[in-house]
Parts: sequence; C-alpha cells; structure tokens
Amino acid sequence: MGSLINALPGAVSQGLVWGIMALGVYVTYRILDVADLTVDGSLATGGAVCVMLIRAGVNPWVALLAALVVGGLAGLVTALLHTKCGIPAILAGILTQLALYSVNLRILTGKANQPVSVDKYPLLVSQRYVRELSLRNPILLIVVIIAFIIMVLYWFFGTEKGCSIRATGANKSMARANGINPDNDIILGLIISNALVALSGALIAQYQGSVDVNMGRGAIVIGLAAVIIGEVVFKKIRVNFAGRLTFVTLGAVIYYIVIQITLLLGLNTNDLKLITAVIVGLFLALPYWKGKVGERRSRKVVKNA
Amino acid sequence: MLELKNISKTFNKGTVNAKTALDNLSLTLNDGDFVTVIGGNGAGKSTMLNAISGVFRVDEGSIIADGVDITFLPDYKRASILGRVFQDPMMGTNPNMMIEENMALAMRRGQRRGLKWGITQKEREFYHEELKSLKLGLEDRLTTKVGLLSGGQRQALTLLMATLKKPKVLLLDEHTAALDPKTAEKVLEMSDRVIKENNLTTLMVTHNMRDAIAHGNRLIMMDAGHIVVDISGEEKKKLTVPDLMALFSKASGSTEANDKMLLS
Repeated sequence: MGSLINALPGAVSQGLVWGIMALGVYVTYRILDVADLTVDGSLATGGAVCVMLIRAGVNPWVALLAALVVGGLAGLVTALLHTKCGIPAILAGILTQLALYSVNLRILTGKANQPVSVDKYPLLVSQRYVRELSLRNPILLIVVIIAFIIMVLYWFFGTEKGCSIRATGANKSMARANGINPDNDIILGLIISNALVALSGALIAQYQGSVDVNMGRGAIVIGLAAVIIGEVVFKKIRVNFAGRLTFVTLGAVIYYIVIQITLLLGLNTNDLKLITAVIVGLFLALPYWKGKVGERRSRKVVKNA
Repeated sequence: MLELKNISKTFNKGTVNAKTALDNLSLTLNDGDFVTVIGGNGAGKSTMLNAISGVFRVDEGSIIADGVDITFLPDYKRASILGRVFQDPMMGTNPNMMIEENMALAMRRGQRRGLKWGITQKEREFYHEELKSLKLGLEDRLTTKVGLLSGGQRQALTLLMATLKKPKVLLLDEHTAALDPKTAEKVLEMSDRVIKENNLTTLMVTHNMRDAIAHGNRLIMMDAGHIVVDISGEEKKKLTVPDLMALFSKASGSTEANDKMLLS
C-alpha cells in the first residue's frame, strides 16, 4: 500500500500528460469518426522537435509551440492522403506513421534517443519534482495546460466551423446537403488532433528527460483506452462537452494508475502492451456484445408471443 | 428556374452491368412549379434528383438553376440554391447535435463558416417560431438531441431545415416513404404548406399515385430514364388513378403496371 501511495503522483502526472494525447484522439475518434493511426508517429515527432530545440538553446515554451505546429503538419499529410488521394483514413494514417519514423530519426540526428536533462536545461516539467510540494511540481503546470486546452476546444467546437466539423463526423450526407465540404473539416480535424498529440509528446519527453524514437508505439491504443475508460467510468454523470473532455483526461489518469498497480503486483513490464491491447479490445467489443444479447432476448420474446 | 438540358447518366459504363439511368432527359421547371414525379422502380426518378443535387456528375447535358450553370459544381456548393429532403429520415439530420444546432447548421448554408459562435440568441427565438409552425411541440425541445426524435419528427425537422433559407429549388425524394401512413400524411401536409407559403419551386418524387395527383400543379411520369408523361394545370386536376394507370401502361408499353404503385 505504501509503495502505491509512493507511486501515485508519478502515475497521476504521467496520466495527465498522456491525457493531452487522449484529447487529440478524442477529436478524431469521437468527433470526426476517423481512426487516425498517425498519432503513433506524431507523438514522437512532437517529443523530438521539442527536445532538439531545447538542446539547441531555444526557450522551452517556443519549443512546445514548434512541436504543436509540426504535429499539425503530420496531421495535414494524413488528411491530404485521405481526402485528396482517396486513401482510406486508417491506411493514410499508417503511411504517415511509417514515414514519420524516418523523419523522427532525422530530427534526432540519426540517434534512436536523445537526453534532455533538467540539470542543464530549463524544462517546464520534470518527473524529478513529482513528489515535491512546490511550484515546480509538474502536475501543477500540466493541469493548467490541460484546462487551457479544454477551454479552447470547448470554444472552438461551439463556433460555426467547429459545429461544421461535428456535423461532418456524424453525418456526411447531411453536412453536404447543408453546404459543408466534409474534406475541409476532416483536414482541419486531423491537424488539430495531431497538434495536440505532438504537444503531449513534447511534454512527455521533457517529463521523462529524454525522447525515444519508439515512444509513440501503441500510443493510439492508450489514447483509445483513455477515451473509453473516461466514458465508461463516468457514464452516469451527465455533463457538457467540456466535462466530457475532462473525463477523457481522467480516463488517461485512471489507465496509468491501473497500470501502476499491476506493475506493483509484480507484472512484467514487457507484457504491458499485451495487457493494454486486451483491455481496450474488451471495452471496444462490449457494446457490440451488448447489442447481440439484446437481439437474442427480443427474439425470445417474439417466440414466446 | 431549373432547367435540365439533355442529361444522360450511365452507371458502370463499359461493363456488363452498364445501366442507363437517365437517357437524354430534358425538363424545365417554371418559377413556383410544384412537380410530382412518378414512375416504376428503376425509372430514374431518384437518379434525376441526385443528378440535380450533385451526388454525381452527369455524363452529358447541362443543369441550370436560377440562371447559373451548376453542371460541374460539387453538391455542397449547390446547397445554397437547393434544399433536399431524403427518403431515409436518418439522413437529413445530425443525431448527435441538438435541434437548435441542426437548424443553425442549415441556417448557414452558402455562408463561410468561421469562428463566430455557432448559434446566437436571436436565432433561437427564430427557430422557436419556425418549429411552432410544425405543431409537433418541438419548439419546447430546442436543446434535445435529434437522435431522440422519431422518424416523422426528424423528417419534419429536415423539411424545415431544407426550407429555412428559402431555396431556389426544393427536392423531395420519396420523403414520406419510410414513415407510417398517418405521419406520412402529416409530413406531406406540412410540405404543401411550406411550399405554398414560400412559393418554392419543387420536385417531389413519390411512389404513391394518389399523392402525385393530389399535390402540386404538374405531374411527370418517368420510364427508362426519360419523361414519358407531363401533365399540368386543369388537365392534372381532373386526373384519376385509373387514368394514370392507363397512361403508364401506354407509355411503358407493358400492361403490368408497377404493383408497388397500385398498392400504395
């Protein structure tokens, strides 16, 4: 128990930084109804851009912003492959993700990882201070950043353009009939999503004190896990859009706490991805199974009648 | 108002499955014309409406609406002059958004969508009044998600959204076919009222001969991708179902008039 409490701040802060990525996944997966696999690449891209800039002496805030922009560009590439070249969204994402692996290695000057020590550089967040009760505790800043992002997203998806994106995601024929070009909305949505994912990657890299070209492997699954956990755990609570976004980030936190617990129970770290995949697979299958059971029940009723 | 000049469309061209859905079809709608369209399955009724709304491009011919050649415009650009109601009640509205948000989307057709707030207080009052005219009690449920409405309510809402901006041409594609008879009648009545009030130029596809006779000032019958009967004015008013059946047999050269048309 003591070790869990000890590990809790780390799990919470890690969950929160990954929560930003989950917000990005929410934009594509839930609002735009597109499964975008670019994120596995753009997360590391964000981290790489940010770390290399900081190492070059650039202000960390500027580096964060740069990561955001480059992530948006990655989203743009996927979006153009999908809308202008007619490639299915999933495949377009996979192509970009693959290409990004090489791009990320280039950014990291050919190395698989690059350190960025909090001793040498003025990092915004670092896991070293995660148990400290001071202003440099990373949780504080991350919460502020998340609150800001949720505010911006809440505002944006209430605007004319944001409403148009929501319409495109839910019903393309309705969108078209009302004068909306779905392609433009898909492009914008993917840019926003991957910008958030890269921002998350930039913060994760600073938090860990290093960036690894493989840090994004399976990120999409973690993002989906956060979205789904957030929805299932808080299903009974009716909230507005901002509330739902908050639940998504909390979903990421819960995910990391659960992971932490399983690790404390003696689980092998190497099995993490397998377990994550199984859990997310189960949650994705659940609604489908529920529907099947409902069907069978109604069939019985008909038979009895 | 709307002019179709010799339009043709063949699906799966160059394959064994090639199907000519529209064959050198020409049609001119005058301002305020309310035209009902009937014909058997595969006659090309829906294909004609889809050609007008831009779901696909025609192989030949041109489409002119309100003096503008729209033959090569994508469907979302035609939306500023056309209002559409689909056969499937699920297709014309967005289930995840509130009634007022759906209407706000329709209100902005033909406009640039920017970073202004998606819906204003003044609009809400306007939507409240408009919904009242449907007499379905929807005016008190502005913030209800559309996914919670019935098919008939959704279709009525789609109709309202399609006519909110007074389109130059209103396209109704069997928009009551998926509804139960009572609701269908109600939605038809509503359509009649909206069309009359705004003097909308309208094309209404229907499978129901009685509806085709009872509504509108002009009736066209299609077969094999062209128009075989075009009746308007006094002549149409005197039309009966047996008359139409006879016309249909004569035009299509077969006596087995479409069962579906008889039954409905």
